[in-house]
Amino acid sequence: MGSQGGFYQSKEFLDLVKSIGEARSKAEEDRIVLNEIETLKRRISEPDIPKRKMKEYIIRLVYIEMLGHDASFGYIHAVKMTHDDSLLVKRTGYLAVTLFLNEDHDLIILIVNTIQKDLKSDNYLVVCAALNAVCKLINEETIPAVLPQVMELLAHPKEAVRKKAIMALHRFYQKSPSSVSHLVSNFRKRLCDNDPGVMGATLCPLFELIARDVNSYKDLVISFVSILKQVAERRLSKAYDYHQMPAPFIQIKLLKILALLGSGDKQASENMYTVVGDIFRKCDSSSNIGNAVLYECICCVSSIYPNPKLLESAADVISRFLKSDSHNLKYMGIDALGRLIKISPEIAEQHQLAVIDCLEDPDDTLKRKTFELLYKMTKSTNVEVIVDRMIDYMISINDNHYKTEIASRCVELAEQFAPSNQWFIQTMNRVFEHAGDLVNIKVAHNLMRLIAEGFGEDDDNADTKLRSSAVESYLRILGEPKLPSVFLQVICWVLGEYGTADGMFSASDITGKLCDVAEAYSNDETVKAYATTALMKIYAFEIAAWRKVDMLPECQSLMEELLASHSTDLQQRAYELQAVIGLDAHAVACIMPSDASCEDIEVDRDLSFLNDYIQEAIEKGAQPYIPESERSGMLNISNFRNQDHHEASSHGLRFEAYELPKPAVQSRIPQTLIASTEIVPVPEPMYPRESYQTTMPSIPSDAGSAELKLRLEGVQKKWGRSTYTPATSTSNSTSQKTVNGTSQGDGASTVSSMRETYDSRKPQVEVSHEKQKLAASLFGGSSKTEKRPATGHKAAKASSHVVEKSHVPKSSMEVASEKAAPAQQPPDLLDLGEPTATSTALQLDPFKQLEGLLDATEVASAVNGAPAASRSPDIMALYADTAAGIHNKNDADLLSGLSNPSVTNMPGTTAMPQVTQSSSKGPNPKDSLEKDALVRQMGVNPSSQNPNLFKDLLG
Amino acid sequence: MIKAVMVMNTQGKSRLAKFYEYLSVEKQQELIRGVFSVLCSRAENVSNFIDAESIFGQDSRLVYKHFATLYFVFVFDSSENELAVLDLIQVFVETLDKCFQNVCELDIVFNYSKIHTILDEMVFGGQVVETSSSEIMKAVEEISKLEAASNAISLIPKSASGWRSR
Repeated sequence: MGSQGGFYQSKEFLDLVKSIGEARSKAEEDRIVLNEIETLKRRISEPDIPKRKMKEYIIRLVYIEMLGHDASFGYIHAVKMTHDDSLLVKRTGYLAVTLFLNEDHDLIILIVNTIQKDLKSDNYLVVCAALNAVCKLINEETIPAVLPQVMELLAHPKEAVRKKAIMALHRFYQKSPSSVSHLVSNFRKRLCDNDPGVMGATLCPLFELIARDVNSYKDLVISFVSILKQVAERRLSKAYDYHQMPAPFIQIKLLKILALLGSGDKQASENMYTVVGDIFRKCDSSSNIGNAVLYECICCVSSIYPNPKLLESAADVISRFLKSDSHNLKYMGIDALGRLIKISPEIAEQHQLAVIDCLEDPDDTLKRKTFELLYKMTKSTNVEVIVDRMIDYMISINDNHYKTEIASRCVELAEQFAPSNQWFIQTMNRVFEHAGDLVNIKVAHNLMRLIAEGFGEDDDNADTKLRSSAVESYLRILGEPKLPSVFLQVICWVLGEYGTADGMFSASDITGKLCDVAEAYSNDETVKAYATTALMKIYAFEIAAWRKVDMLPECQSLMEELLASHSTDLQQRAYELQAVIGLDAHAVACIMPSDASCEDIEVDRDLSFLNDYIQEAIEKGAQPYIPESERSGMLNISNFRNQDHHEASSHGLRFEAYELPKPAVQSRIPQTLIASTEIVPVPEPMYPRESYQTTMPSIPSDAGSAELKLRLEGVQKKWGRSTYTPATSTSNSTSQKTVNGTSQGDGASTVSSMRETYDSRKPQVEVSHEKQKLAASLFGGSSKTEKRPATGHKAAKASSHVVEKSHVPKSSMEVASEKAAPAQQPPDLLDLGEPTATSTALQLDPFKQLEGLLDATEVASAVNGAPAASRSPDIMALYADTAAGIHNKNDADLLSGLSNPSVTNMPGTTAMPQVTQSSSKGPNPKDSLEKDALVRQMGVNPSSQNPNLFKDLLG
Repeated sequence: MIKAVMVMNTQGKSRLAKFYEYLSVEKQQELIRGVFSVLCSRAENVSNFIDAESIFGQDSRLVYKHFATLYFVFVFDSSENELAVLDLIQVFVETLDKCFQNVCELDIVFNYSKIHTILDEMVFGGQVVETSSSEIMKAVEEISKLEAASNAISLIPKSASGWRSR
């Protein structure tokens, strides 16, 4: 056992360690440790403890703290030990304080002085120990106290000290860049240190500096390249070899730095090609460290300006990694593939089987890495398979952190590449069902909006079908136990809005289900509130349709329960429900028009409908309203009475200064009136105009309304439409958008038939048993069989995209960004101005193509015609045609604002985040153009067609 | 940058824990438990890498190596290379092996401060400073020698002064 010089341990310590090791339970261990703490507390404060004994006590304290117990009573003794002259004791003291204390601890002030002294010590080990403490214990305020000494040490004769001094300086830079910014040049100087170890250590801070600011270090490219060259040529002493590799750790650091410096810089990159190529050739791929260097080479190659030869070598290494039996190498291979795929996407195809093996590997880490790779290579042709896989995996894991991440990725991919809305809704349902509480609430609102707005076209039939299928699926899903709250909210909303719309289900079916939901999730007020509002909608639609409404007994009891609810919101909803049921058909139809969630709301800002009421009041002797601007000295008082109502009433004098008056709009009477209408139950904030009619007589005096309004505002934000379309707040109608008012061009039939293609496809693709199939659907396939039908289908798909795209301009902004597949390919949008391209595409009936009736080449040419046309867009047409302009997202606001007032409203508050979201993958027209070309090349080109995907799609 | 180095045995008992950013004792224990629960659920013959973002937050990876009854764990960020860190663990263990001749768990338990000395020679303030095990050995031996010497020297005056004061 450890009896080497200097590390003495007493029997007591051995006994402690042993008894802890033998402890059979955590409780027993805790008891032993608490005993030990008592002993140490007593012993450590005894006078005149021999140093060696003291040192042992401190080590025991460190040990105790490592086991998770509080040893703070001994910190001061550790600090005292750092003052000691004996090296052994001093080092132990420093070790203990670096483990015990943090840089903001109170005791640090007692150590700084010792550190200062020790940094000047003759004994280099003392200096090293002090430097060690400097790294951990010096904070921004104390840096100046030790900085001069540390700077001196940069020129210390011992290389170990120089190395540590550089690291300490690096640490200072990390903690407070400004305090050492004038000393950064020292790192450059140390790069030329005689000792390769010091040079290697200098690479750490330089890497960080370069990562923060590449441009100021471009001049070092040549130096780094020559260092790397010398290292690779074994110019360093044998001492730096590791497993027959010359200084591999230095090589790795250098390659990392070169990757940063060469990124997007052709000239700098050209200097690196030779040396990186040499390393590729020389590197020993049998050892772990050799592969580490090779992997770093790939990272470097994929980061610098691409060089075909190097890319080829990189691809070779990747295939070696992926074919290896070692999971570590497979992992690195997948990671490297993900990097390289950005530059040369075709490389993935060669490794498709290996990637699928990794996807099915029992190793979780490898699986996750593979999903990351798939995420990177998702496109509209393989999104279904990939997202399907991701969801399956998501269901299988318990790690909430990763579940959240993968769920949000699924949502992102689905929003971006969804081939059909049907598929999108199904996918979202699965995500919500299994990870509903982990996804962002916005996703739920997007889904609701998608269902409400449908395809954004005037194809009502398809929209109805979509909604019916959503309703149907939700009724089925409701049978499952324990659904996430967010998902239930979506379900309740959709059932309320569309549950009875198609006549498939009766009102009593739906209301029964809704009551079940409210009962089963009685702890969740949000869900209950959604369910209540949904009930109200269903009954309102029934009443409006002149059908006899008989409330289910469970609904009746639910309402009664909620009428006495502690939650004012639920109570209000229950009262609203009660009120609506008591109204006649005409009134209800006004309050709750069927399927009007996307309708415009016009707000009468002058409140002209109140004129009669005001007239009446004035006749009864009320004061007429004087606009604020016409009021004189009285103004301030009335202003403040509104703001500090309760305060003013409690004491007559105010001693502190009044704050500046709020902007005048706040206290205008119309505003107050709007507010006061809100204190009576408004069925839905969406329909304020109607609600005014019902509530007019009950308008109270405006004195207390401001406070009441406050409370309601909070509720309103939380509930109702405003949650996903904030623009619908009662006082603001300008940001409403017209959805149904948009026109619809030709080609509707093609779209609907294309939809049927998707409908007839099985929702879940079961291909796991056939890797080949999966590979084909993921990578676009490389097998050459079944060429013709596949081509036909591919073309059908591509052409249907064209068609779809050509319609997108007419849909609303939001829908466009949800159907990101079309939206991220702006060039096609320009097809609008090219009637020929659109019409050719229209002629291609997908079904005909499936039957192989259409010649493959014709299809290809027809489709290729589109990009050809779009490559030469008329710039002026862009400005003239607002519809097209909208899709040039960056210009959307500008353009629409310039020319078309009806579209001006479209980029509402909710639209904006989505725009940014979807633009992350296709941010500018150039990128998307390239991507589009790529997709075409991959998908339409007869050499890379995909027979199996085709099969999957059709079921 | 390296965020943490941990050594724990297969029962989850911590044998060495060094965090290069300050963390409270409770947080340290929580992380150690978190790491152990992941480690013990890993099968044999899988990769040595774990995505540690759920335990250590954004941009953190974990590499571990299993030797007999011990797990050696390094946690680091994207500025390091996973395979290289795996070799760093190798260097660490090789050095321990040289130091103790066939290192075993008990050596690590009983020579707690020496293990820290070795680690400090390798990783300094979160950065790898030395990767050659012979260099590390040299430094550690020198420290031991000087410590022993200073100890011997300091013992004499101490006993002398103790004698004088008596």
